[in-house]
Amino acid sequence: MWTGTPLFPEAASTIASRVDALYFFLLGVAIFFSLLIAGLIVYYAIRFHRRTQDQVGEQIHGSMVLEVTWTVIPLLITMVIFVWGASVYYAMARPPDETLNVYVVGKQWMWKFQHLDGQREINELHIPVGRAVKLITTSEDVIHDFFVPAFRIKADVIPGRYVNIWFHATKPGRYRLFCAEYCGTRHSGMIGEVIAMEPSEYQAWLSGGTAEGSLASAGAKLFQDLACNTCHRPDAQGRGPVLDGLFGKTVQLQSGETVTVDEAYVRESILHPSAQVTSGFQPIMPTFQGLVSEEQLLELVEYVKSLKAPSQGQLQTR
Amino acid sequence: MASSTVLIPPRHYLNDGYGIKSWLLTRDHKRIALLYLAGVTFFFFIGGAMAVLIRLDLATPAGDLVTDETYNKLFTMHGVMMVFFFLIPAIPAVLGNFLVPIMIGAKDLAFPKLNLFSWYIYIVGGLFTLYAIVAGGVDTGWTFYTPFSTVSSTTNVVPTALGIFITGFSSILTGLNFIVTIHRMRAPGMTWFRMPLFLWSTYATSLINVLGTPVIAITVLLVGVERVFHFGFFDPRLGGDPVLFQHLFWFYSHPAVYIMVLPAMGVISELVAAGCRKPVFGYPFVAFASLAIAVLGFLVWGHHMFVAGESVYSALIFSILSFLVAIPSAVKVFNWTATMYRGAVSWETPMLYAYGFIGLFTIGGLTGLFLASVGLDVHVTDTYFIVAHFHYIMVGGTIMGYLGGLHYWWPKISGRRYNEGLAKLAAGIIFVGFNLTFFPQFVVGYLGMPRRYHAYPPDFQVLNVLSSAGASILGVGYLLPMAYLMWSLRYGRLAGSNPWGSVGLEWTTTSPPPTENFTHTPVVTWDAYDYRAPVEDHVA
Repeated sequence: MWTGTPLFPEAASTIASRVDALYFFLLGVAIFFSLLIAGLIVYYAIRFHRRTQDQVGEQIHGSMVLEVTWTVIPLLITMVIFVWGASVYYAMARPPDETLNVYVVGKQWMWKFQHLDGQREINELHIPVGRAVKLITTSEDVIHDFFVPAFRIKADVIPGRYVNIWFHATKPGRYRLFCAEYCGTRHSGMIGEVIAMEPSEYQAWLSGGTAEGSLASAGAKLFQDLACNTCHRPDAQGRGPVLDGLFGKTVQLQSGETVTVDEAYVRESILHPSAQVTSGFQPIMPTFQGLVSEEQLLELVEYVKSLKAPSQGQLQTR
Repeated sequence: MASSTVLIPPRHYLNDGYGIKSWLLTRDHKRIALLYLAGVTFFFFIGGAMAVLIRLDLATPAGDLVTDETYNKLFTMHGVMMVFFFLIPAIPAVLGNFLVPIMIGAKDLAFPKLNLFSWYIYIVGGLFTLYAIVAGGVDTGWTFYTPFSTVSSTTNVVPTALGIFITGFSSILTGLNFIVTIHRMRAPGMTWFRMPLFLWSTYATSLINVLGTPVIAITVLLVGVERVFHFGFFDPRLGGDPVLFQHLFWFYSHPAVYIMVLPAMGVISELVAAGCRKPVFGYPFVAFASLAIAVLGFLVWGHHMFVAGESVYSALIFSILSFLVAIPSAVKVFNWTATMYRGAVSWETPMLYAYGFIGLFTIGGLTGLFLASVGLDVHVTDTYFIVAHFHYIMVGGTIMGYLGGLHYWWPKISGRRYNEGLAKLAAGIIFVGFNLTFFPQFVVGYLGMPRRYHAYPPDFQVLNVLSSAGASILGVGYLLPMAYLMWSLRYGRLAGSNPWGSVGLEWTTTSPPPTENFTHTPVVTWDAYDYRAPVEDHVA
């Protein structure tokens, strides 16, 4: 127990070294000022120790020069830290255009992962090193938080929303995954592992899996089972909008506003269809709240994403 | 006056009526301060007992002592008790109540009956929360995050929330009482800039209490309404927004951090001035720093939500504002340190707490910069790094300030001296125990150990054992003052009116003071901390 105690976490993502550099700079600042203050206190306490019972201190009231100095210097230092921290954060918050996407659903008390090719995992996430991975996360119940210390990334996984988290693993290995937002009785058991693999091993893992068809094809089946296709037809004759090629486009709403069709909009349109109705259509769609799970919603989202514009062979996905 | 001739005054607030009724129906701010002292001490030891169980449980990675359910209730009730029933009321309601009227030369607060009423509200709120514990506890964390608290938790959320709701009114009314008193009841000649700095920070704290507390009251009420009547405020399935709760909660609870630490800063200004027999360096800067903290403190709540789906740009704005609120705190630390230069620096117990406060608050404040820096906060938030940081502020800051103040004004409150050797020993034990408890938590936090974990990976054990060992030392440190302060009430040496040789109106009246504080209304012709007067005036 007393050996093998690490004092610093492993760094296994592109952002980790940037976070650590900022951390060491701040440690330097903190140590310098702590020692300065502690040193002055100890020195003054000894040097100016009260010698006689009736001794009083020299009646000094202050100094404008000093006040300005110790206002401006900390201000400058904190602004440096602000800009530095903001730039690291900006890189964390903005995923690159090309990412490998994995869907994540948190629930009390487990992590469920859905890969695009159809592999499903619980509390284990296999990903390749050397490329950016984007997690599209949501929660089935309460707020959870996806935290991988070795990657220095963390984000709340929020019910009713899709939160994106991205990272770029650099070192193969098994890394701890913690739920970092308190979520109830077995919160500390909501842990797992991210397994970062060399790309070739990752390919082997993908093909050796037990996937029953891709996520989009599961969505396609659901689309028929729920009879979505009776209204959302590919030929513009249906009572609902054509979905082919819709994802990523901007549509006009009845209210005159416009909205970009992203994961959240597709989700909302399934659960609360009358919230943001596309202009030219009647609000006649029934809600599917309670009828589809978060995982099925993700399959439907992925199916809608997979529908290319009509000219490019719509039939293959049906 | 030499100490051998010190006499207890024949008539003072402690012997002005005996029996339970004379206490429970009193309108004397000094007696009400002691009622609060009993209340906050009681809740402190309940919250402390829970901390002991938490640290014992975390001594092993599997968390063998209690079940996960019990563990979750322990840290929740520890937080609720310590924040709402100890840290927030401690300094204002005990030391503030005792000192505000005396320091401005008044006979009492502006609204003495309201003051007593505030204490009853506080006790009723505390009883609700105690009921929640006895009835089985509550497991939401003191932060009550939705939708867990409204739809998922099966524990006593509503009684706890009601307790917090009720107690909030005690803070609001006490704040109001202080504001009116400081505006309207200062003795002739006691101008704003002659006031001791403790009053400036009490005033700033009262502003936050009056403006901020209604927000937490309405927030916990909304939690109760959603839980009981299923109104969709926060639950997404009812059309609510779970993150909205966090905005409302932190809009109060971040300023609440300053409610806890500003009064302690005020105490430290008094201790440093008296301990050095010198004016506080840069008085107006220290005074306005309190107001700056109170105002800026309302603009930084979003830094609790950097990883809670906040937009990039609002995160950046909350980040820069959080750095700005660090500046007035830094200004205070530099001014206190500069005050020691060419002082007549004392090594007595109150000053030891002041040294401890400045050191620990500096570390707490500097680690706050780590958290204000968004890119770094993402990694350390929700880990033990946060736990360590806010305990450096609240325990290293507020409790050090509270204990320092209690030791400094104890001779005034009780008329007696405590055992100085034991008091110094306790201060040392607390300082060592505190650092051993919380410093390892910075390290284990950066390693990635999340907070609120009942069980943890085995390689974090060494740091957790260190922390638990420190907590047991800290526990001894807190029990000691309990013992020797009680002992001093009966056996302590008589203090005399000015045992420290301090200036300030509270040291011109007897110890303990008479019910009306002063025999004649004082007329103030000098600035705060004016130690130029002949030295014999300063020695008891």
